Amino acid sequence: MWKPRPEDGKPMNMNPTQPAQPVPPPVAAAAPSIPIQQKETPKTSDPHRADVGHIGKSVQIKGELTGSEDLYLDGSIEGTVDLRDHSLIIGPNGKIKASISARDLVVHGRIEGNITATGRVELRKSCTLIGDVSTQRIVIEDGAFFKGAIDIKEKSQPAETRKPLAVAASAGMSAGGSSSSSSGASSYSASSDSQGSFLDGK
Amino acid sequence: MSSSNNNLMRWFRGAGSSQSKPQEGSKSAPRTRRTCIGLGEFMRSLISSGESKTCVLDLGPTSPTNIALLTEMGVRVFNEDILRESQDESYCVKQEDGTLELDPAKFFAENLNYSADQFDAVLFWDVADYLPESLVKPLVERLQAMLKPRGHLLAFFHTKDAGMESLYSRHHIVQKDILELEPIQGFKLQRIFNNRHIENLFKDFASRKFFLGRDNIREVLMVR
Repeated sequence: MWKPRPEDGKPMNMNPTQPAQPVPPPVAAAAPSIPIQQKETPKTSDPHRADVGHIGKSVQIKGELTGSEDLYLDGSIEGTVDLRDHSLIIGPNGKIKASISARDLVVHGRIEGNITATGRVELRKSCTLIGDVSTQRIVIEDGAFFKGAIDIKEKSQPAETRKPLAVAASAGMSAGGSSSSSSGASSYSASSDSQGSFLDGK
Repeated sequence: MSSSNNNLMRWFRGAGSSQSKPQEGSKSAPRTRRTCIGLGEFMRSLISSGESKTCVLDLGPTSPTNIALLTEMGVRVFNEDILRESQDESYCVKQEDGTLELDPAKFFAENLNYSADQFDAVLFWDVADYLPESLVKPLVERLQAMLKPRGHLLAFFHTKDAGMESLYSRHHIVQKDILELEPIQGFKLQRIFNNRHIENLFKDFASRKFFLGRDNIREVLMVR
């Protein structure tokens, strides 16, 4: 018969009617077993990161919103949003009537206004975008509603050798469908089962 | 008066019943492919236009594939889902007989607000077959004004009401002359245009080139 051993590190509950009390381990013994905290690579899509500002769905803002950190926005805004070198995620409840300037933008909600992004714009399937988009890369999921113009800018970095820009789409392209432009400035690759896939140009 | 005229026109062209609420095609809705000679010519015209930044207006439902393909070619893409917008009842006015009819003035106050001669090409797809009658002629006139001289417009017309096969579709440009059609439920064919109707409707265009497909689709490439 298996018996739990004290060296398993779990406190034994001798009395089943009482909940187990956590026993603080001796400092000397505990020192080597302290897990080394590894730095996690933050995910852009995680809106609950500590370094991401969060505006909830009940918040309404009228005016100018600027910031120097990534932002998850699930409320309503009328005016302008300027995050320059940072990412902005518009949550599913987000209703934006504003021109937006950010590095990367992920849209789940509704935007009426023009978007300028220096990085990538992702239009998710639940999103509605009425306005013009100016960006380097764009990802549009099947089901997203878009009314406006899309202008793909090319980053001007003559000194560096850059990977091709990517403009991607979701379903619709044949499996393995690919092509490249004659200018060599951009490339495209998508498969029928890759919803919103893209070639990251980083 | 305009209402009775429209009803008459609808009767002549074999009107369908009124539209129901549009629904996106279900996941299981099969996509079909078709080779399009007209599309091939349209794409070649884009490449040979020589414009520094070609502007293309896509009037169908948003297609990520089209946007990807066209932007990769260096084209500036404009997208307006004109048929979906036309279902908005706020653009309608009540007629004497109590029916609602789309008012083009109201519609164009909020849609297709572009300057004259702005676009090098327009992808009209088969939208004209499904549009409310009152919008068809004003829309074609507006498109003609928005196109640059020698600009191209690609339109599809059903040659007969083929039931399930004449479902409204989202058109994905898979290759330069191959389309993938994704059916969208909720739109009914409103009329069948014959060649003479098409020629009359697009009479202000410089040329019209017809391509008749085996799948009851007539492709027409108009040049302003």
